[in-house]
Order: sequence, then structure tokens, then C-alpha cells
Amino acid sequence: MKDISQSINKVDNDEKISGKAKYVADIKMEGMLHALTLRATISKGEIIEIIYPEMPKGYFVVDYKDIPGKNIVKIIYDDMPIFTTGKITYLYEPIALLVGPDKYVVNELLKRVKVTYKEEKPIFDWVDSVIHYEFKKGEGFNPKKNDLIIEKTYETSYQEQLYIETQGMIGYMEEAEKITLVGSIQCPYYVKNALIQALDVEDKLVRVIQATVGGAFGGKEEFPSLIACQLAVAVKKIKKPIRLIYEREEDILSTTKRHPSKTTLKALVRNDKIISLAVKVGLDGGANIGLSGVVLSRALIASSGAYTIDNLDVRGDVFRTNTVPNGAFRGFGAPQMMFAIEMFIDHVAIEIGKDSFMFRMKHLAKQGDYTSTMGLYRDPILLNDMINKAMEVSDYKNKRKLYEQKDSYKGIGMSVFFHGCGFTGSGEKNHIKARVKLKKQGDVVEVLIAAVDMGQGVKTSFRKLVAHILDIEIERVIFNNPDTDYVPDSGPTVASRTMMIVGGIVARCAKEMKERFSEENFIVEKVYEQPSYIEFDEATFTGDAYPAYSWGVNIVEVEVDPFTYQVKLNKTWSVYDVGKAIDERMVFSQADGGLAQGLAYGYLEVMNHKDGKIMQKNMTDYIIPTAMDMPPMETYLFDNPYAYGPYGAKGVGELSLVGGAPAVAKAIEQAIKRQVYKIPVTPEYIMELVNYGKD
Amino acid sequence: MAKINFKLNEEFVEIDTDLNRRLLDVLRDDFSLTGVKEGCGEGECGACAILLNHQIVNSCSTPLANVIGKEVMTIEGFSKTKRYTAIKEAFAEAGGVQCGFCTPGMIIATESLLNKNPHPTDFEIKIGLSGNLCRCTGYNLIVEAVKLAIKRGEGLW
Repeated sequence: MKDISQSINKVDNDEKISGKAKYVADIKMEGMLHALTLRATISKGEIIEIIYPEMPKGYFVVDYKDIPGKNIVKIIYDDMPIFTTGKITYLYEPIALLVGPDKYVVNELLKRVKVTYKEEKPIFDWVDSVIHYEFKKGEGFNPKKNDLIIEKTYETSYQEQLYIETQGMIGYMEEAEKITLVGSIQCPYYVKNALIQALDVEDKLVRVIQATVGGAFGGKEEFPSLIACQLAVAVKKIKKPIRLIYEREEDILSTTKRHPSKTTLKALVRNDKIISLAVKVGLDGGANIGLSGVVLSRALIASSGAYTIDNLDVRGDVFRTNTVPNGAFRGFGAPQMMFAIEMFIDHVAIEIGKDSFMFRMKHLAKQGDYTSTMGLYRDPILLNDMINKAMEVSDYKNKRKLYEQKDSYKGIGMSVFFHGCGFTGSGEKNHIKARVKLKKQGDVVEVLIAAVDMGQGVKTSFRKLVAHILDIEIERVIFNNPDTDYVPDSGPTVASRTMMIVGGIVARCAKEMKERFSEENFIVEKVYEQPSYIEFDEATFTGDAYPAYSWGVNIVEVEVDPFTYQVKLNKTWSVYDVGKAIDERMVFSQADGGLAQGLAYGYLEVMNHKDGKIMQKNMTDYIIPTAMDMPPMETYLFDNPYAYGPYGAKGVGELSLVGGAPAVAKAIEQAIKRQVYKIPVTPEYIMELVNYGKD
Repeated sequence: MAKINFKLNEEFVEIDTDLNRRLLDVLRDDFSLTGVKEGCGEGECGACAILLNHQIVNSCSTPLANVIGKEVMTIEGFSKTKRYTAIKEAFAEAGGVQCGFCTPGMIIATESLLNKNPHPTDFEIKIGLSGNLCRCTGYNLIVEAVKLAIKRGEGLW
């Protein structure tokens, strides 16, 4: 039998390339109405009065008064209203939907709505902590008199997911009282559970179907639950099919983004080693808490990066501000933290006059070490070999030396990092409780899970996995887009968990099915079983925060224009340990795409707000890489099978994003001979560093 | 409102509508050609790319009046050609497709590029694709796909 990693063509290539694949905006229904969102035009205050224009026949206003259930979008932390009841906490907060047959008429009506507010002074400073976590490892941070302490602060700004397909959903009544939503979503059951709460109906009266998803990257994790609730309320009231498709500007201005962060790191250094590290992280949560606590956890747990530091004092806060709520984005807190710790390890080495490479190697995590939360790195860690491989293929050592010359304006930078696979802490066991089904019907086998193919290739990799275990042709394995009327809740498509966790359960089903394969029609159903050795105490942040870790090394070479300070990426070299690739080419394509987003986070993508208003509102002023910006990328995979993943697979999706920013930032540091403390490293920031920065 | 004629995917069509409408909306709503995607609505992302007299244009920035008497080719029409088959196979084999939302536009950009320049350099390929944004791939495998299409479709352009 072929090795599972050998690549096959993706099963949905034909429909996507030919334009036949149906994304939500491509679906037409008889008598379908259009919905547009009425939004607040202030950042904080109360609505005094809303005067709607006279609604022509067939046109409707839908607001909080129409919500049958609870006016809260069920997310992890329940604090986001479906429609405001009058209190405004951020600019463009949704007030109501206007719905009708002609989109242009709806838009005209929207413009004529008059809302009067009583404004209050909004808070943009990070002063209102709504979540605070802290934990210690070893002795925490207890310097003695005369100890050498080095302290630095790192900042990261917003990043917008910028999936090319905007947010969108269609809702309709299927039969009396039953509401169905079809949408561009990552998590069918998040949406379904949110609808049950909003509509206050029985489980069987709500159905959620995934349409082809045109990119998500976390942006379609929790946010779609908001518009799903709004739309379902509208459908319940009007009893006709309705579509709600965001235009680009609305999408950028009003949907969740990566949390801006500020991280202060303090190292206690003795004998050229970091004995203890104090970490203080602040995240801007925006106006609602939502997922921010979980993002903060992931950041804090990653606070010593790919290194083992025996004593830690880790603290973090999510601050509420009157800005657009922030949420899930590939990496989920780790990119912010990895940027900080990766820059810091070099900056400490420079400060004590040591070679930064040797200094880094001295602290590298190895098998048997304790993690930041006193869990254990049980499995082999191949970082030494991976770093050597990356250095060899990139000619890192020679280039690093060569570019040290004054005025080289060239640089090469390296990042070393990990990503915890699956939900943080006891999430899988206590909250998600994934359930999967495998159904045999005659000659064919159907995979019944709620995992969404948003481009990463789930439809192909799961068919391949099952076909491989059953030793049958892939054509005999079916995988349809999840529909909650048919698939069990295998959890959300997030946290680099799909192949490792859900795939692990599916593999167990397939093995059992193989034993009974002579039977004609039957279903094998299984739930997640956490490896028995995994224990994590969420209250104290103690124990194994993740069942497994994926590891990575990125090397990036750049040139900086000496006059314009424009950064040009020459090439990247990456080495990843994702356990075992279920399909090599699919892993490579994930690796390229994640790295592109990580690199761009580090040097290109600028997003900020001014008095609560996001200053970039379209693809003209929020710049993502084009084909001209991205360099050739060389990628290598190291096999390191994880016992509980299918064929040894660990997490893939997020890993390649988290190391991009520090690698490019370090390359730029070398090119301009200055230290970088924030991303993105734009030409403006480079100019500031060249004029006033530290060598 | 006005009645106009143009050629759409090799067939002559007539439509009576407002000439200020975006070609994108006419293609999607009146002709159900939903392979033409809206990503940004302002000519930046290229998801709505079509061929107008064999030249790539963004249909979101093209008023209907601009196509009177001209030839419009969308992914639906192009997918009936031999050139398409070569490009399609190359994109599949190279792994140039992820979420797929930018893909029809990328295919149109590839055709437009190879139609003008059958043997582009890597740099020329990147320029040729630079009007089409992709958020999933980081572009490398798409560039590989174009190179593979050139090899496979030798003689077609």
C-alpha cells in the first residue's frame, strides 16, 4: 500500500476551477429577500430615538424586539447582543436589519433611517481589564539584589483575515417552524447552538448547512453566529427566504480581527542563561469578550516559546475598549506571543554580548522538559535537526555573516516555534466532546462529521484517510458538506484540531468498520477519548495544555531599499514537524499560505483605528500580498508520528503562520542594523528606527 | 433602460436593462454565471475577472455599456476550451486551489497572460497574476501551476 503522505489531487478541484462550486452568494431561491444591516455611527452611548422611513409593502425592519429567545449570541463568553437594545459599545454595532425584495430599495431605505444618540466618552485606552489570568512555573520571578534583569516591550497591531469571500448567509423556512441556514461558516454546531438559544426552540427546529467556504482563517469561527441569529430572527418574522451578504467595506469595518497586543518580557539572566522570565501580556478585546479569554490562554501558554525556562511568572489581561470586537484568527494568540519571545531571546543575547544563535540553542526545549504550565513534552522534539536542516538549505551561517557588513541592506532571520494542537486545556474533553460517525451503505462509506472544508482540503484528506484504512478506492468514500440534520457534532473546524482530533476518532471508526466490512449496512459511531495521561487544571494553568505540539523553523531572507525602506522578500526556507502528513502537497499548500499570512503580518499588513474607526476599509488600503510580494518558499517536513493522531498526524493549519512575523522582523533587523519592537515593520517604522533606533 | 447586444461565451445575447449596471451583476443575476465572483467590488481582487475581447478586465468595474458589440468570456465559457483543460489539470496537479474563490479569476488571468505571452518568465507570470488576490496559497503553487500549464498546453497558445 502507498504511504499515506503521497499526494493525490483534491476531490473538489473540478468544481472550484470551473466556477461551478456554489458559495453562499451563488445560491438563488424563489422569492428571496435581501437584508442589510443598520449600524451605529457612534462608538459609545445610548440610542434616544430611531425614525424609520415608511416601509413600502413587503419591506421590514427586524430588531431586538423580534428575538423570541435570549438576545445574546452564544459564543464562549456570552456578552454579544444579537441586536442592540439601545446601548452602543462600538462603532458600526448592529441595530437592526432592513429586509425587502429589492436590494437597492433596501439600501435607499437604510440611508433614510434617522438615529439620534446620547453620546458618551468612549474608552480606547487599555484600562478596563475584563479577563485576567496568571500562573507561575517553578519559583516565578524573584530576582536577588544585583541580578541582571533585561526588560523589553513588544507590540503587534490588528490583522484582518481578509478571506476573499465576504461573510454571508441565507436563511429560510423549510417546513412549518423549522428554520434552515446555509452559510459560509467554519463551525456548523456553533451556529446551530446559537440559533437554538436565540430562537428558543427545540434542537430539531433548526438546521445549519455549510455552503462552499471562500476562505475563513478564523474569521468564520464565531462571527457567523451573530449574523445567523439576526437572519434567523428575520426569517422567523417574515417567513420568506432571506440573504445577508456583506460587502467588503462592511466586512472589514464590522467583523472580528486579530487582537492587537502589547507584551512586556523581563528576563533574569545568570551565567548567560535566562533563569527566570516575567511575562505580561495585554490584548485589546474590543467591545465584547467573546473568545478573547481563550486567545489570551493560548498566548500565555506559549510565553516561553520553543524554549524551556524553569521559572516563569505569567500574567495577562484582555481589555475591553469601544472598538470592533476582536476574535479568532489562525494562530489565536500564538502569533503575538511568538513574535515577542522570538525577538526577545535575540535582544537579550545582544544585551549580554553573546551570540544570539548559541544563546537560543542553549534554551531550546527538548523531550522530557516541563512546558510553561508544568505539563511534559512527552514526545520527541526534533528542533535541533530541523534547525540544522533549515540552516543548511538556506546557507544561513554564511549569509548571516555576510550581511553583517555595514550598509548591506540585506538580512536573514530565523524563527523557531511551536503550536499546541487542538483546544487549549481540557477543552476537548469538557466542552467539545467530539462525536463522529462512519456509515457503510452497500459499497460506499460516508464520513459524517461537522468539519468544514474551507480550502485546507478536509473533503479530500478525510476521504483519503478512510479509504486508506479500509483499503478501498477513494471514490467509494463520500464526504458531503456538513448539514446538522445528518452529521453529529464533531466540534468546530478550528485550533489545528481537525485531522489530529477528529481524524483520530474517524480512524478508530474506520478500523472497527474494517473488521466488520462484510456486513452490508451499518454505522460506527465514536466519541473523543482524551489520552489518559493528559490532565489540565484550567483554574491554575497547570498540567498538559495540549495533547501534542507541532514544531517549526522559518528562515527568511530580505533586502531593504536604502532610500525608500521598502522590504523585498528574497526567499524563505521552512522545516515543520506535523507528525505525519496525511497528504504532503496539501500540507505544503497550507504551509505556504500560512507563512504568507505570517510574513505579511510582520512587514506588510497595516491596520489601525482612529477614535474607534478602523482606518482601512477595503482592499485598496488594507494591503495583503500579491503574487509580486511573495518570494519562493522551500518547505521540508520531518516525520515524527504522534501516537493518538491518525497515522501519527498532528496539527497543521496554524503552525506555519506563527513563525512568519518574527523571522521577517529579524531579517529586517539585520538589514537595517536596528532592533525591531513592533510589527508590522513598515517603511515608516524602518525610517524611525534608522533615525532613532537602537543598534 | 436600453436594449443591447453582445457576445457572451460564444453566443450572441440581447438584454434590455440599465446600461449603468455592473457587468458583474448582469452576468451573475441575469445570466446565472456565478463562476464570476465578487470579492471586493472595486477592482482590486480580480475574483470577478472575465475576458473582454480576449483582454482580462474586472467585471465589477465594467459598466454594461462598455460591452456593447463586444465579446465577453466568463469561466463558464472558457471551461469548454482545450486551453482550459490544460490549465485546469495544471492547477489540480500543482495544488494551486484551496478555498477556490479566487480560482476562476486566476484561470482567466492565466489565459490572458498566456494568450499574449505563451512563454513567460517567472517574473512575468507573477506580474500576470498580480491583479488577482489569493489569501490561501501564498501564490507559489499557483505560479507552479501556470508553469505546468505552459508545459502541458504547449502549442495551444
